[in-house]
Amino acid sequence: MTTNISSGGRAKCELSFTVNGERRTVRVHPMERLLDVLRQELALTGAKEGCAEGECGSCSVLMDGALVNSCLVPILQAKSANIVTIEGLAAGAQLNCLQEAFLDFGGAQCGICTPGMILAASHLLQRNPQPTIGDIREGLSGNLCRCTGYVQIFDAVAKAVQFKART
Amino acid sequence: MTSNRIVGASVPRKEGRDKVTGRAQYIDDMTLPNMLYGATVRSRVPRGKIKKITFGSGIAWNEFVIVSAKDIPGKNCIVLIVDDQPCLADGIVNHPEEPILLLAHPDRHALPKAVDTISIEYEPLPAVFTIEESEEHREIIWGKDNTFKTYLVEKGDIDGVWEKADYIVEGEYRTGAQEQLYIENNGMIATYDPERGVTVWGSLQCPYYIHKALMTLCNLPADKVRVVQMETGGAFGGKEEYPSMIAGHAALLAIKSGRPVKIIYDRMEDMAATTKRHPSRTRHRTAVTKGGKILGGEIEFAVDGGAYTTLSPVVLSRGTIHAGGPYYWPNVRIRAKAMATNAPPHGAFRGFGAPQSLFAMERHMERIAQVVGLSPIEIRRRNFLQPGQTTTTEQTIREAIDLEKLLDRALELSNYHAKKQRFSKDNRMGTSKKGIGVAAFLHGAGFTGSGERNLSSVVDVEACADGSVRVLVSSTEFGQGTKTVLCQIVAETLGLEYDDVTIAQADTGEVPNSGPTVASRTVMVVGKLVQSAALGIKQTLTTSGALERSYSPAEFRTACQNYVAAHGTFRSSARFEAPSDVFWDDEKYRGEAYAAFAWAVYVAEVTVDLSTYSVSVNDLVALQEVGKVLHPVLARGQIVGGIAQGIGYTLYEKVIWQNGRMQNSQMTNYIMPTSADLPPIRVFFEEMGNIHGAFGAKGIGELPMDGPAPSIINAVEDALQVRFDAIPLLPEDIFEKLATESISKSGPHSAGGVQSQ
Amino acid sequence: MRSDPADYELVAPANLQEIVALLAEEPGTWLPIAGGTDVMVQYAAGKLSARKLVSIWNLPELRHIEVLADEVRIGAGCTYTDLRENETVGREFPLLVSAASWTGGIANQNRGTLGGNVVNASPAADSLPALLAYEAELILVSIRGERRVPYLDFHTDYKKTKLASDELIRDICLSRRFSEYFSYTRKVGARQAQAISKVCVAALGRLDGGKVKDVRIAVGSVAPVPLRLLETERIVQGKAIEPSLLLLAKKIAVAEIRPIDDIRSTMRYRSTVVGNLVAEFLEKLRANEPAI
Ligand SMILES: Cc1cc2nc3c(=O)[nH]c(=O)nc-3n(C[C@@H](O)[C@@H](O)[C@H](O)COP(=O)(O)OP(=O)(O)OC[C@H]3O[C@@H](n4cnc5c(N)ncnc54)[C@H](O)[C@@H]3O)c2cc1C
Ligand code: FES
Ligand code: FES
Repeated sequence: MTTNISSGGRAKCELSFTVNGERRTVRVHPMERLLDVLRQELALTGAKEGCAEGECGSCSVLMDGALVNSCLVPILQAKSANIVTIEGLAAGAQLNCLQEAFLDFGGAQCGICTPGMILAASHLLQRNPQPTIGDIREGLSGNLCRCTGYVQIFDAVAKAVQFKART
Repeated sequence: MTSNRIVGASVPRKEGRDKVTGRAQYIDDMTLPNMLYGATVRSRVPRGKIKKITFGSGIAWNEFVIVSAKDIPGKNCIVLIVDDQPCLADGIVNHPEEPILLLAHPDRHALPKAVDTISIEYEPLPAVFTIEESEEHREIIWGKDNTFKTYLVEKGDIDGVWEKADYIVEGEYRTGAQEQLYIENNGMIATYDPERGVTVWGSLQCPYYIHKALMTLCNLPADKVRVVQMETGGAFGGKEEYPSMIAGHAALLAIKSGRPVKIIYDRMEDMAATTKRHPSRTRHRTAVTKGGKILGGEIEFAVDGGAYTTLSPVVLSRGTIHAGGPYYWPNVRIRAKAMATNAPPHGAFRGFGAPQSLFAMERHMERIAQVVGLSPIEIRRRNFLQPGQTTTTEQTIREAIDLEKLLDRALELSNYHAKKQRFSKDNRMGTSKKGIGVAAFLHGAGFTGSGERNLSSVVDVEACADGSVRVLVSSTEFGQGTKTVLCQIVAETLGLEYDDVTIAQADTGEVPNSGPTVASRTVMVVGKLVQSAALGIKQTLTTSGALERSYSPAEFRTACQNYVAAHGTFRSSARFEAPSDVFWDDEKYRGEAYAAFAWAVYVAEVTVDLSTYSVSVNDLVALQEVGKVLHPVLARGQIVGGIAQGIGYTLYEKVIWQNGRMQNSQMTNYIMPTSADLPPIRVFFEEMGNIHGAFGAKGIGELPMDGPAPSIINAVEDALQVRFDAIPLLPEDIFEKLATESISKSGPHSAGGVQSQ
Repeated sequence: MRSDPADYELVAPANLQEIVALLAEEPGTWLPIAGGTDVMVQYAAGKLSARKLVSIWNLPELRHIEVLADEVRIGAGCTYTDLRENETVGREFPLLVSAASWTGGIANQNRGTLGGNVVNASPAADSLPALLAYEAELILVSIRGERRVPYLDFHTDYKKTKLASDELIRDICLSRRFSEYFSYTRKVGARQAQAISKVCVAALGRLDGGKVKDVRIAVGSVAPVPLRLLETERIVQGKAIEPSLLLLAKKIAVAEIRPIDDIRSTMRYRSTVVGNLVAEFLEKLRANEPAI
């Protein structure tokens, strides 16, 4: 091979990225999915595998500020990225306003979609601090929830917007 | 009822904080040292004899643990009702995806490749795929006549009514399979050591079902099997029976390897191999007077049970008992049967047979209304069950239920009459048609008939060293709020703060058997038991003099602390006692089918777009009487969530079968509603002062599954003036029906099924 | 996860030059992966036959939108979110922005790229009818240089394209001459969001004195490749939009497509719906003409 490959390959490689504000280095195959690296290497099990095909959103995390399905990201593409998972959303014991609102308004039932849903909502509010109900419906449409029928999730997001506006 | 501090308030979910922070531990989040990963080799044919199994080349088979039927220490079956379902197929397979072999390996990535290289030769046997083929008996695939179970309900003199009828109205209605589609796939971890026996952790609904199944499968005594529920990411009935299979598989691999084994299904495997809602066919033949009164009728209810019995008898039972809807039938004969086909067994799913037979009933009411020439509203009014009347099983309605009042309020909330009028005018033009439809229904809470008596559930409440009390039940939390509501009940009963009450993890090593978490029974039946067990704690404390008759929560805590410090922790138990005046005859299928019913009227408004033949639900009013609402946020969440599944069942979710195998076992092609698909769902409760269970609560979990399908399809009929009698109803179906109707040029309601006398 | 990461190679060269060099070295061996929303789905399902992958995600050379006097050049590596957030694209190419907005959920739009949609070449892909309607052109690059090809016949058969094994798409060029056209697009999927199209229509049109001056009608999901309905366009050209023309247009449109029965829908349904939507487009086009 004459081409100078700057990174990756087939063997395990060492790569670093930031997760929830901390610099982390892992030794993994470059085609490992970000989801698996978070769950297995870093023991951050908040992101879940619901479908492995980008449909359910339960594996959602933020990558450089953008919501992504971590089941569809090969870890090499997350090299040097800034990743935020559900574990990084609360400031210590203090819940984030979305987490608070999900708790109060019935946004979480079985809870399996909740980490992804809250991250999707957080991504929405970052880009659009005053979403309409239509915006909320669209912003969360990549995150399937089988328990709630979404209505109480919409309530929770709407309440979080109010909390935020107040503080 | 006095006003309560805690019951009736929307206290925070017990496990809510863990769920919103990602800390909640589901089965796939757990690992054990030295753990292997397990995989299942499954049948690729619907029915056949296994001739030869070849392990492919290129795989280091010596690294794998391999289990087949001959490794089973006990009996090769998944014990439930009838012991006909093997844990691993032995010589013969009866449905696609039937488990044949198990593999385990330390590297989970090694498994899919290994499974792929195993080839199995079969001698194919003829297979049966539909209720009709199964009824024909050309091929007998189960028992003597392909029939898992039949019921016959008879009331009055049905044979005498036909000649008195002004009209005889017939109809046939069908419902499809539905996948539960909990977002967390099934999974289990098992460990084994000769001292302690088998322990499994998993995603599950009914710890003691698994406990019992593992005892038989592994040939172990009760104290050598322990089942622990992890946080469970949705279930809806889908984790009622199949987890026993997966737990069995993990346990067999753990026994053989001596190491912990984790089996996690991926979505494709979960959808293709595990249970779905039973497909059904219901035939009605009803004798009606000119005035629209039902004189009597025959109802034939058939479900497709798949290849093994599993829960079909119970699903069939509930469907049978609900088949008459919330109406008074002076005379009725209901024949019901669960038929075998060569598909993976169908199983529990929220509603449990009732959504199927109620869909038929509520569609049939529309047909009766059309034949008699009454409105859909009037026909229902004239036939509603009244207090004092009896149901089809001759259960006397003792509750002060007023269905007309419920109906009127639902009509008002939905602005039914004005809309109905406006739509019929507006629909004359344009390619988008609107309609509005009603469904009235009931849902029995708790186990059917003698079920609760046979279960004889037990609960414990424990006084703890820190002065708090702890609830111990095998009733599981999988989103519905079990933990929260049971703690509320205890806190209220004992006059404590909500935070003074905790609940134990559902671990058979620690909690008594409070029965399975199914049939909307938890709040009503288990809640009541928990209440009396809690009172036992109070009694102990007061009798001993540690606590005054009247006390503050702080005084209770102190008393409890002191008592426990002196005497050790103690538990108070309560066991279910069937009330002596409740009568049920299992032979004749007659008597008090359920301790209580919840009642409801739903109104759906739809638009059908004739460019794409798609239906959108614009509004759904859900009004129900469920006794006392113990937790408004949870209750509303249950109703809305159930309706969302009901809308999916009606308009989106179609299982595509080919030779008994699901073809669309992915989330991309099995279509459940997203946040962009659901209408505003408006939930209302009517409390009519009917007292049942703890603090007057009846079951709530399953009810909302019953109403969407009939109300929506009734609304579609209203919009198009064309009849649809099967769900799911997809745009392609509407298109085909409109195409044939316009070819045959027959009027909308002329097609068959009506005889005038 | 049905694949073993140890069986796959993935590299991420720093720039386009190195990537095309790598593609040229072993033609047909290296599979580019951009946002991975198609590739990773196949991979997880155990169905990815390529074993060597080269990442082109987030390459600056592929992720830019350039507004020139007569055209807009969209880097093939632009995501759907990039498209939705770009003001010029939003104003002048509503068909493309609509397609972007209904391509999966937000997470998918943050990763899926326009170039990937073109090369993945699913007949059901939602952006492709829009590109056909706008008469897009593609700039392809390889170590041999670059070439500019019309998009109209880029897809040669089911999942086959004119892309050579050592080439990448660098830009998708959209002419700005349609910015004044009336545009119509509709996706028919099994649900409102996250749906693969059963039928997708993107169309542009312009009337003159009540007669059709110019139209472009493109459809997806009804043939092995996305289609321009050239015959239908020809038939309506110069005519007034009246009921008889609608009927004729429907008929011709249905004759031009080759839909099939599959897991998502039926041939009959797709045919009828295409006809209905073509008619709906023409009616809306007529209704849109400002009264003189
Ligand atoms: C949940 C989900 C929902 C979806 N919904 C829709 C939908 O509604 N409508 C729709 O149209 N699509 C949909 N898609 C598919 C859509 O996301 C992709 O087609 C996307 O546009 C592909 O872009 P990518 O960057 O992710 O491609 P990749 O997966 O990275 O690559 C796809 C193919 O394109 C090739 N490729 C990529 N970029 C280039 C380039 N510049 N030059 C040459 N070859 C290249 C790759 O080699 C590969 O063969 C969906 C996907 C998912 C997972
Ligand atoms: S697991 Fe990633 S989207 Fe479902
Ligand atoms: S809360 Fe269970 S899937 Fe959303």
